[in-house]
Order: sequence, then structure tokens, then C-alpha cells
Amino acid sequence: MPGPDLLSSQGLRLDGRRPNELRRIRCKLGVFTQPDGSAYLEQGNTKVLAAVYGPHQAAKSKMSTEGVVVNCQYSMATFSTGERKNRPRGDRKSQEMSLHLRQALSSAIKTELYPRSQIDIYIEVLQADGAAFCASVNAATLALIDAGVPLRAYACACTSSVAWRGSQPEPLLDVGHVEEAAGGVCLTVAALPSTGSIALLEMSHRLHMDYFEVVISRAMQGCRDIEVILDKAVREHLAEGWTKQDIVTI
Amino acid sequence: MWTTKTFLTKTKRGNILKIVREHYLRDDLLCGSAACNVCPHKDDECILDVQPESICALFDYNHYLLIDTNVVLHQIDILEDDALKNVIILQTVLEEVKHQNTAIFQRLLEIIGNKRRKFYSFVNEHHKDTYIERKPGEKPNDRNDRAIRKAAAWYLEHLSIKGLTGHFPKIVLLTDDENNRKLAQDDGIVCCSVKDYIENVNGYPGLLDKLSKNVMPENCSKDALYPAHLTPSQIHAGIRNGKLHQGTFYASRDNFLEGTATVNGFEKQILLQGHIGINRAIDGDIVAIEIFPEEEWRKPSDIVLEDKAEDPGDLLEEESILLNTAKSAASADISPTGKVVGIIRRKWRQYCGILMQSKFPGATRHLFAPAEKRIPRVRIETRQSDLLAAQRILVALDSWPRNSRYPLGHFVRALGPIGDKDAENEVILLEHDVPHARFSEAVLACLRPDDWTITEEEIKKRVDLRSICVCSVDPPGCTDIDDALHARPIPGTTNGLKKYEVGVHIADVTHFVRPNTALDKEAASRSTTVYLVGKRIDMVPDLLSSNLCSLRGGEERLAFSCVWEIDENANVLNTKFHKSVIKSRAAMTYEQAQIAIDDSSRQDEVAASLRTLNALAKTLKQKRLDNGALLLASPEIRFEVDSETHEPMEVQAKRILDTNSMVEEFMLLANVSVAEHIAGEFPQSALLRRHPAPPPANFNTFLKAAAQQGFELDVSTNKAFSKSLNEAVLPSRPFFNTLLRIMATRCMQQAVYFSSGTLAQEDYYHYGLACPIYTHFTSPIRRYADVVVHRLLASCVGADATHASILDTKYAVSLCENLNYRHRQAQYAGRASVALNTHILFKDRVEVEPAVVLAVKRNALQVLIPKYGLEGPLYLPSDKFIYNEEEHVQICNGVVLRTFDEIVVRLSLDSTNLQHRKLVFQLVKPVIPGFSYEEMEVEAVDQPEIEIVDITRTKKRQKKDDVQIVERPQVVIDISKKKQETKSKKKKGKK
Ligand SMILES: [Zn+2]
Ligand SMILES: [Zn+2]
Repeated sequence: MPGPDLLSSQGLRLDGRRPNELRRIRCKLGVFTQPDGSAYLEQGNTKVLAAVYGPHQAAKSKMSTEGVVVNCQYSMATFSTGERKNRPRGDRKSQEMSLHLRQALSSAIKTELYPRSQIDIYIEVLQADGAAFCASVNAATLALIDAGVPLRAYACACTSSVAWRGSQPEPLLDVGHVEEAAGGVCLTVAALPSTGSIALLEMSHRLHMDYFEVVISRAMQGCRDIEVILDKAVREHLAEGWTKQDIVTI
Repeated sequence: MWTTKTFLTKTKRGNILKIVREHYLRDDLLCGSAACNVCPHKDDECILDVQPESICALFDYNHYLLIDTNVVLHQIDILEDDALKNVIILQTVLEEVKHQNTAIFQRLLEIIGNKRRKFYSFVNEHHKDTYIERKPGEKPNDRNDRAIRKAAAWYLEHLSIKGLTGHFPKIVLLTDDENNRKLAQDDGIVCCSVKDYIENVNGYPGLLDKLSKNVMPENCSKDALYPAHLTPSQIHAGIRNGKLHQGTFYASRDNFLEGTATVNGFEKQILLQGHIGINRAIDGDIVAIEIFPEEEWRKPSDIVLEDKAEDPGDLLEEESILLNTAKSAASADISPTGKVVGIIRRKWRQYCGILMQSKFPGATRHLFAPAEKRIPRVRIETRQSDLLAAQRILVALDSWPRNSRYPLGHFVRALGPIGDKDAENEVILLEHDVPHARFSEAVLACLRPDDWTITEEEIKKRVDLRSICVCSVDPPGCTDIDDALHARPIPGTTNGLKKYEVGVHIADVTHFVRPNTALDKEAASRSTTVYLVGKRIDMVPDLLSSNLCSLRGGEERLAFSCVWEIDENANVLNTKFHKSVIKSRAAMTYEQAQIAIDDSSRQDEVAASLRTLNALAKTLKQKRLDNGALLLASPEIRFEVDSETHEPMEVQAKRILDTNSMVEEFMLLANVSVAEHIAGEFPQSALLRRHPAPPPANFNTFLKAAAQQGFELDVSTNKAFSKSLNEAVLPSRPFFNTLLRIMATRCMQQAVYFSSGTLAQEDYYHYGLACPIYTHFTSPIRRYADVVVHRLLASCVGADATHASILDTKYAVSLCENLNYRHRQAQYAGRASVALNTHILFKDRVEVEPAVVLAVKRNALQVLIPKYGLEGPLYLPSDKFIYNEEEHVQICNGVVLRTFDEIVVRLSLDSTNLQHRKLVFQLVKPVIPGFSYEEMEVEAVDQPEIEIVDITRTKKRQKKDDVQIVERPQVVIDISKKKQETKSKKKKGKK
């Protein structure tokens, strides 16, 4: 298989990770006081802020008797990528991302508890270095927890790609921007790892069926790893108690 | 599980972009030494010995070698020698090498991959204790040197942790960078230059010969013969402001002081002349060129010039002969002219050749003459010159300093005695980059056992055609039979015409060669079977090529079939593709098949089937010609080879029969049918073959020469061209039309493989065959393209599992590149082998033969001897002959020699230069007193009768399915056990 070598002969990736390793994830809950819930999350150099408002009464037009309406707004900061780009809010890509976020998060939220209500989730990507969508899902999950919205399970998202070790496929977990740009397939999975269910799947290129299984199982493993990290962050946040709650630290 | 490592960023400034990359440092990387008891090595992870024995007299203690990047780049041949073991290659070094020279990088990986060599690659850049950050203002090079020293120091300390006995391996840093050595010494690291180290190695004689020579820095002008090259930054700036151009340098075959370069933005190639103009560029190098103002542009000198036989020392000879050629030529012949001012990238490889021993006994400096004429001679040092003088040897280039007339190189290995068949074949294979190592264990492990038989389940999955009368027709001695045919009438009529079922059955190679196995990769890398005289270098192991895949007579074989319903006017009514099982009734030669057809007493099924096929083929062919398909010519000759010695004994004209054409027509039809089908199903990634129409400029000289003979040829379309070729007949000269076709062949482009997604549909056109789409399906045993096409077709018709690379467009593109490259090289190799055997044949004989003039040059005629398909220069001294540039004729004493003239030449072999034994052509007729060869001097030559192959009728057949459109005259060699196959080709070296 052609393409740049994403995997060195010693089995390390370009940035020094092994194929099954996530990038470093750092996160913090309750970074703002204004919203009902907020979180900041770094996945490698991808940095994302999430803020949650609600549940509150839904606007008449959107109201549903079935359950809470999840409203997501995804946007990228002008300075978030290497090339500065003016990004009007609500451009097509952001709209698509917003829809995907909504799909992933709605499946985690116990929507049936709040009929005729609405939850607003705002995501701002401060720096994009691959897998911004995944970081957004993970950050939103933390923000929802911070806001006290009841969840079925943690919603975690992770990407995986595939590199070749000779003729053997070797799936790569949590694809960074460099690896993404090298081409090849990138599979995004949003899942509720503790229930084992998948909330969203997206694939950037065609991938042959034979390799799908290994690639998705690696992404699922990533989601489980992320869940452990998020869970730890939540517990630490709670243990910190309320004293530091008001201090904004990023 | 993972742990988060200290987190650092690397920044890299591009034009505007700032790139921030993550860089993880780890604490789980191993040092690879068996002497270490700190790292948690598993058994197979200790590459380096506990007690690495020293082979160097300078160091009497156990040590590992840690090597610097410059050592890998300049001394890879030393590293490839088994002498050095227990070597640490840092990641810093690997990355620098990869960046600077991919070929050397691959070789280094190979060494590291060989467990016996004990090369350990240490990932210092991600190790928490050996990673260093670049200091502000520090050059990347200095930073890397520092990283290397850091790793050396770390190893020293790391290994001493065991320390109980005080016996632990030390580290010796090998580097040719003086500054780095000095700094290392300050840090307490033992270091040494490669030269000092290797000169003190005991027990490995010959190792020293492989030492690459030290380089004189470009900025040193002492005794300089050549102007200095510009530095990379000067080149970069020059290219950016448009003063310089980047191009690939191609040396001329005929004139060692001339070359050309292809540069983007110039339609014509840039002409580079003289030592200074070429300024040490070597064929293939990427160079920076300064183009002269237009008034200094010149035309390529059409003289043939060879380097002197003697070593003139470090002097540049007179170039006046080259540079004084008239400037006043017609502007059409003028080429942009320039000079090389810098080297952007060297494309050196290893070169085969022979040692030209120095005249002084005991000298260690000798000249090496490469077999490839485009490569200059090389100065090497060896102490084994007496031994090597009679050998073919392999030499690597090291550098070309300004004060040396020749590039400097070093001896790599000996290939065998000069003249030895195996050594000569090895030279041909190496020079043409033909992979020819034995198949590896991993590849052989992919094979079925040789007593493999077809299972019942397999038969159930296929269409059972064992009861059908299928037969194959091939050249005599063919053991890799990849195609078989059948035809039978079917009841009923369409539009009142009789109908037939015709099937082409192709060996089902992909049943055995599964995607992504070692076998598949090897076949893909080889791309084609290469045929030399008396030797076949298989693409797949012999068990497959000559047995399991080969559609032998009387044996059940798996096949991929293409079956048509065809009416008697050869209209295809419908087409089916399916996998099948067949049992060939007979594996025939062309001759046997012809006899079966002609012998009216034979009324058996096979003969009936052949007659039907033959009749249909004729109709198919006529249709093709009516569409504008070209019939081009090449004289076909076969060597008779002694079965014991494999020496050629005689050549003879090859007879071409109806049956050759019969098989060819059906292979073409199958290829076209398959091409249409796969291109429909895989618009992005189908493998196809196209033949672009030649640009009109290619025809200029050809048309001029034809006009001199009174023929105005129309080359506007292939149809018009084909028609006017048919009409250009001189009744008095039966060979004339053939000659025209031979020369037309050289105006053609090369047919190439491509992936359907890369071109617009109208560019799929095959000019030579005059068909809109074409591919290769019918020879999967010996061509990898056909293997890929089989897989594509199989997945279209649901006959086989699909696999991932089928849809990979990038893979398809890189595959095509490799296929085209290998096929070209295979053709060149085949031709070189023919030339070699011709030389052997003419070793002890002299012949007088009729010849024709292919081209008139300034100091020579290019002549062709149709009988042998041999071509070469007949030199004309300028004091006797007057060259008329306008008319392209040479005149002497009223005798005018022009293109297409039929002359008689005397042919002999000049063996004075062992390396380039060459055929010498001397003029016999027309008689020019004082120049032409006097008949009386000829020692009674027994003159074989001269036959000229009439190719107009025989057309070209070469291999029945490839369409040979473009071919130079060649000699086809046939010996038992091999099938000669040659492919479409255009003149080499003109571009
Ligand atoms: Zn260790
Ligand atoms: Zn055949």
C-alpha cells in the first residue's frame, strides 16, 4: 500500500505514539460561571470549549412533547487552524458538525425526562489539530455533566485510521492532523462505551470491508479509554468541592 | 497502557504557516543491547551482542558502533559488508538519510532488517532521556549532530549501569565530520573516522576497496578543472527569480561531451555541451541549468564521440571538434542551449563495468569503464586490480570533485569473469534494474504443493468446460502457456448469418496469487517476466508459470474464460466472462496448427475448430485495418542456441504463419472486451493501456527521407498513415516498404498502462490498434498488469472476493508507474541480451551483408542489416566525405549516400575494447576507391544466403496479444524452454 509511512519500522507513529495510544487528553469542568455547565478539553493540540444552557422551556416552534430538544451550535475560531480563515457562524461545515453533535449527544441524554424543554449546547473549537469533532463530543459530555443533565452514559468519540505494517493493517487510534492530512481513511465513532452502543459513525474515504472490523474496534477501544479519562476528571472535579468552582482557569 | 509523556512542541516555519506538532517522549523504548539489564527486553529484542568483539586494531575492547548520517550516506557499501556488526542506528540518522536519499534509506532498512547483521535502530528522538530541543539559532544539522552525541553519551552511561564487573561494551562514534568528532571528544565520547576505522580492520580483505573517497569541498578551487557548483540556496534563489531552471540531465549515448535536459516550460530539450556545459552532471541527475541568450543557441552536434581509451590524467581535452560545428543551421534545428550550474539531486546508482588497469604496475588508482555508455568513466582505488582486471565488477560513485577529470568511486563487488555467460547476464539484469534474486522463502510459502489438484468444490464454483475442445497455439518450446481457444458452431442464425461460439481461456493466475501475499507483492514488484537469450526471469515461481497455471495439453486447468457469440461476419453478438475448468486437447506450435488447418484430410474436432477460428480471425483483422490500425514492421530473426553451452550458433529468419495472426486477433478481441467491461464497472481505478498518437514533430525527419524517395506520406491520422504506408511500394525494391514501416515505428510513442480515473475518456485511445479502449488480460503468467485486470474482472462478475486495493486510486497510479518502468526495462534488457549474443555469434566471423541506411549523420551512416536486425554506425571520415546538412546526404567522389539507400557492408567484431566489444561496419558497395572495403582482402567468407524477411505480409506479431505497434527491429530468439516475447517499443535514447 502506498502513502507516507505513518508507522515507523520501530512501530511508532510520527509523533511518537504507538498505534493504540490516544493523544494526551487534559480537561476541566466548570470553566465558566455564566452557563449552566461548561468544560474545556484538550486532545493533543486540539482545544475545545463547550457550554451548556438548560434544560429550559423550549421555543414554541421547536417544542416537542416527546422529550427535550437538543440544540447544538458548533463553530470554529478564526485562529483555530494553521491558515487563518474567516468562518462565518453557521457555514455548511459547521452546520453539518452541529447536526452530528446533536445526533451523538441526543442519544446520551435522557431526553424523555424533559418534554417541552430544550438544551442548548455551544461548542467553540479554539485550535483544530485533527479530530475536532471528537474533542467536541467529549467536551460537550463533560459540560452536560457539569450542568447536571441526566445522561444514560458518557458519550465519547474517537477516530481511527489505518496504516500498513507490510501487508498487515494496523489501525491507528486518535488520528492527529498530520496523519489525517496524509490521506487514507479516517473513521469517526461516537459511542456510549458503557452500553456498547454506537451513536454515530462517519468515514472520510472508502475502506474495504475486510479492514472495517479492526478499524472500528480500535476506535471503540479509544472511546472506552476516553470514558475512563472523562470519568476520572468528573470525579476529581466533584472531589474538589465547591470552593474552586468560581475560579476561571483555562 | 499508555502514559502521557512530557509534552513538547516542534515548530517549523513555512512561508506563512506555522506548524505545531506534538512530539511525545517515552520511557518504554529499549536500548537493544543484550548487555543491558535495565530495559525490559524480550528475548528477540536484544539485537546487540553482550560482548561485541572488536575487529578494529584501534580499539582493543568490546564496543558498539554508533554511526553518523554522513557515514550512512557516503559509506553504505561498507555498511552492507558483513564485516561490521553491532551497530546502532539512531532515529535522527534514519530520518536524515530518508530525507536525503531514499535509495540509500531502503538499503539501510534492508541491513537493519537482516537479523544477522545486528544493526539496532534506536528511537532516540522519542526517548525521554535522549531527545534534545533545538537551541535558538542552532542549525538543524548542528542540532542533529548534538542529538547523536547525546545518544552516544546516554548509551555509554546506560550500559554502565550494570557496571558490577566493569565489563560492558563501550560506544565508538563513527563520523567523518571533523567538527562533530572534536565536540564528541570534548564530551568524552570515543570517536573515529570511517577511513581510520576501516583501514585498521583485520580479517576482511577487500573491505578497504569499498571505502568511499573523501570529498574535496566544492569551494576549494585548487587545481580545479570545473567551475564550482552553486550552493543549494543560490540554486533555490536562482530558480525562484527565473534565472535558473531545474531539469533532468540525460547524457548522450553517442557523444560523451553532450547531453540534454528536460525543463518545464521548454518544448525542446535544453542542449548542454562540453565538459563545462555538463559540469559533472551524470545521466539522470536533477540539475540546475542556466540557459544562454538566444543568439548563443546551437544545434545538437550530430557526431559520434567516445572518450579516449587512455587515461589522460586530470586534464580536460580539446573540445573544438564539438564546439566548432556550424552555428548557421536552420532555426528549426536550433535547441535552447545552456550549462549546468549546480546539482539539485544526484541519481547515482551502482554501475556494472570493467576495470581499465593502470599502466603502472602496482598502482592502486585505476579507471573503471561502465557498461552504460551514458555514464562517464570512474576513478577507483583497489589493491586487487590483477584479480579484477578479468572480471565484470560493480562500482558505486562517491563524488566528483572539481579537480578530477573523472568522478571518484569505489569497488562494490565482482560479478564474474568477462565473457562468462552468467556474469554477462548478471550485468544486463543489474543495469536494467531487473529484480532477479531467487524467490524468497516467504514467497515460496505462498505456493500450493506441486501435487496440487483441482478439488470438486472448486469445480462446482466454475463453469465446467472440460468437455469442450479447447487447444492452445504458441511458439515452439513455450512452457508458460497462458491462453487457449475454442470455436464451435451454434444452431440458429442471426440476420441470416451462421453463428459460432468462440472462447478464449486464460490461465487463472489469480486463483493462486492472492492479493497482498508475499507472492503477490513479489510479482507486483517484478511486474513482468523478463526474457533473455537462453534465460527467463520469471515473474512468478516456476511451479506456477510452467505447471499449475500453464494450460498444458491434456491436463485439467483452471481458467478465466471470455466467451463470445460471433456471427460469420465476425460481429460479436454477446460476451460472457466466467471462471472455468478446461482440459486442453492439444498444446500446439504455430506450425502444427497451420498444418492442421491446411491438411484437408484432417476432419477432427481440433482441426475444425482451428479452421473456424482462422476464418473469423481474418475477418476480424480486416475490420481492424479498415478502422485504421497500423501494421508496423520489424525483421524477426531467431537464434539457434546450443542446448549445452547456450551459445548462439546461427540466426535465421523467422517464418510467420497465419496462425500467429489468428491467435493474436482473438487475444486482441478479448483484451478489448475486458477493457470495456472493467472500465464500466471501475471508472476510477481500472487498469487500462493506451497508445497516444505521436506528435507531428516526430515525423519530420522520416517524412523528409520518404519524400526524397518520392513518397508523400499522410500522417494526419492513423487511418491515413496506414493507407499511405500501404501505397508506398517500390516494385524494384521489395524491402523498401518494410523499411518504411521500421522507420515509422520509431516515430511512435510508447504504449503505457494507466488508471482509468487519471484521464479523460477520449485519451484512452489506442493509436496503433485504432481502438477506443484497450487493456491486457491474456498473459497473467508473465505480466502483472493482467493479474490486476483479472482481479478487476473477477470482482465485476462476482467470480472472486474483492479486496481493498481494487478501489485504491492512488495505488492504481503507483502500480501503473511501476508496470511501465519495469516493462521498459525488460525490453531494454531483452535487447541488450540480443546484442550480447550477436557479439558472441560474430566473435569469430566476418560477413558481407546487404544493408540499408536508416539515417545520415555528420560523421556516420546509421545502417541496418535486415538479416540480423542489427543496427550500427558506419563511420565516414570527414576528409573524404562532404556532409550536406540541408539534404541529409553524404557525398564522396560523386557517390551520394542518402537515407533508404541499399548498400553492402562488411561486418566484423572489434574486440579491442573488451567492455564495449562492438560490431564494425565497413562499406563494401557502392565502391569508393580508397574508402570502401576491398573485396580481395576478405578471407574466403562463406556467405550464407541472404534472405530478407518480407514483413509487409507477415506484419508484426511478436506476442500475439500485445500490440506491438511500436517496435524497433529486433531479433527474436527462440530456444527450447523459452518463449521469446518482445513488446512495443520505440527508439531508445532519442528523448
Ligand atoms: Zn537498556
Ligand atoms: Zn500463449
